[in-house]
Amino acid sequence: MAFRERVKVMEEPDIRRAIQRISHEIVERNKGAEDVVVVGIRTRGVPLSIRVAEAVSRIEGVEVPVGRLDITLYRDDLHTMSQPVVRETHLPGDIEGKNVVIVDDVLYTGRSVRAALDAIIDFGRPATIQLAVLVDRGHRELPIRADYVGKNVPTSSSEKVRVALREVDGEDGVFIGYDED
Amino acid sequence: MAERKHLLDVDDLEREDVENVLETARSFSEVLRRPIKKVPSLRGKTVVNLFYEPSTRTRMSFEVAAKRLSADVMNFTTSTSSVEKGESLKDTALTLEAMGVDAVVVRHPVAGAPWLLRQWLQAAILNAGDGMHAHPTQALLDLFTLKDRLGELEGKTIAFVGDILHSRVARSGIKACRAMGMEVLAVAPPTLLPPVPLEGVETGYDFDAVMPRCDALYMLRIQKERQKEGRFPSLEEYTRLYQLDARRMGKARPNVVVMHPGPMNRGVEIAAEAADAPHAAITAQVAAGVAVRMAVLFMLLGGGEGGERIA
Repeated sequence: MAFRERVKVMEEPDIRRAIQRISHEIVERNKGAEDVVVVGIRTRGVPLSIRVAEAVSRIEGVEVPVGRLDITLYRDDLHTMSQPVVRETHLPGDIEGKNVVIVDDVLYTGRSVRAALDAIIDFGRPATIQLAVLVDRGHRELPIRADYVGKNVPTSSSEKVRVALREVDGEDGVFIGYDED
Repeated sequence: MAERKHLLDVDDLEREDVENVLETARSFSEVLRRPIKKVPSLRGKTVVNLFYEPSTRTRMSFEVAAKRLSADVMNFTTSTSSVEKGESLKDTALTLEAMGVDAVVVRHPVAGAPWLLRQWLQAAILNAGDGMHAHPTQALLDLFTLKDRLGELEGKTIAFVGDILHSRVARSGIKACRAMGMEVLAVAPPTLLPPVPLEGVETGYDFDAVMPRCDALYMLRIQKERQKEGRFPSLEEYTRLYQLDARRMGKARPNVVVMHPGPMNRGVEIAAEAADAPHAAITAQVAAGVAVRMAVLFMLLGGGEGGERIA
């Protein structure tokens, strides 16, 4: 299955500005960055989380810890996957009492976020868990919403949203398109 | 990659599959360091430990692995079961099937028993040791431990020392090490080597001579009954020629890895000073066992029906 793009809805500068704004909102909401821990969901949430943590660190002048989360073991659709690959989860230190900001590229059904919530809670009891996404494309199947959104992109469920990040894909951009069989 | 549902021996696995198991096991060893060492991945699955031979560490290791994945575990050991009343392996298997189990971990004194179970059952079969034949999860956890200590295994040399003839650990371990591109030596008195030479394995009787070449030494348990069978004249002679002791450790490479499948006969195949040296990876092997068995259970039971299986 190959992705065929139709429109580019975010360019590199749009992504940069969205991350900048989200980072300011995180600082505002948490009244600083003292107890903030940023955690990216594999795969593309990870580079995004690093960018967010760097931006928050620049704004507040404190080092913001970053972690990465593999949610495979917590998925509710494992039985539909033929070859689930499990990768390591790494959380920076104790998350007890911290404000954990989960970062992902696209918010869609909400199922990945539900899995991420369960995974994080297995590591301790944070004061809050917040959610930042680059794109919210709608079509939620669970009562989950994002605290910080880069861009709301209305889509039909037959469409696909692809986020490209230079750390993984060599370029930055958000595309709407469809899968060619 | 071929579709797989069972793990019967290591020759079922391509090198790529082995690498996959080891990589997945690495992720699971991270799970084992968490405050809550349990993930929900196999919720609703049932794993039976069907043990026709005494075993503490392998059974407990499988039990812990399955429980850490949230599977339900039933333990079936011969002393507490209908086997005492003469129930056949087949009837036991069919009873398990009727209960709707998803995986059967089997240890049996007869070589090939897991292959029979595979014919009778729909469940995934995991061989936890059959006769003198195979013990694939032990081989995988040994590779995991070796890789952890030595890094890349290709071109490294390992010697299996001791009762190779009667050892399923050696039989599966040798195949697994060969599959990863390791040089394998088998060192034992001629009476404890298999009558047919092992493929691709250099055999020898002189432990001291090969010592300086080895990156890893795999010491096998010597059962004292073997002496009564006349396999060697006396335990004293065996220990003088084949025991890993401080003197022999002195001739080994400085970073040599010492392994043993347990339970050890301290003072027979291995001396306390070797078993307790920093070179010894024997407790690391036990820890690796849980992560590797979690990986295998997850890979066999974690995906969907009819999908491609990894191990």
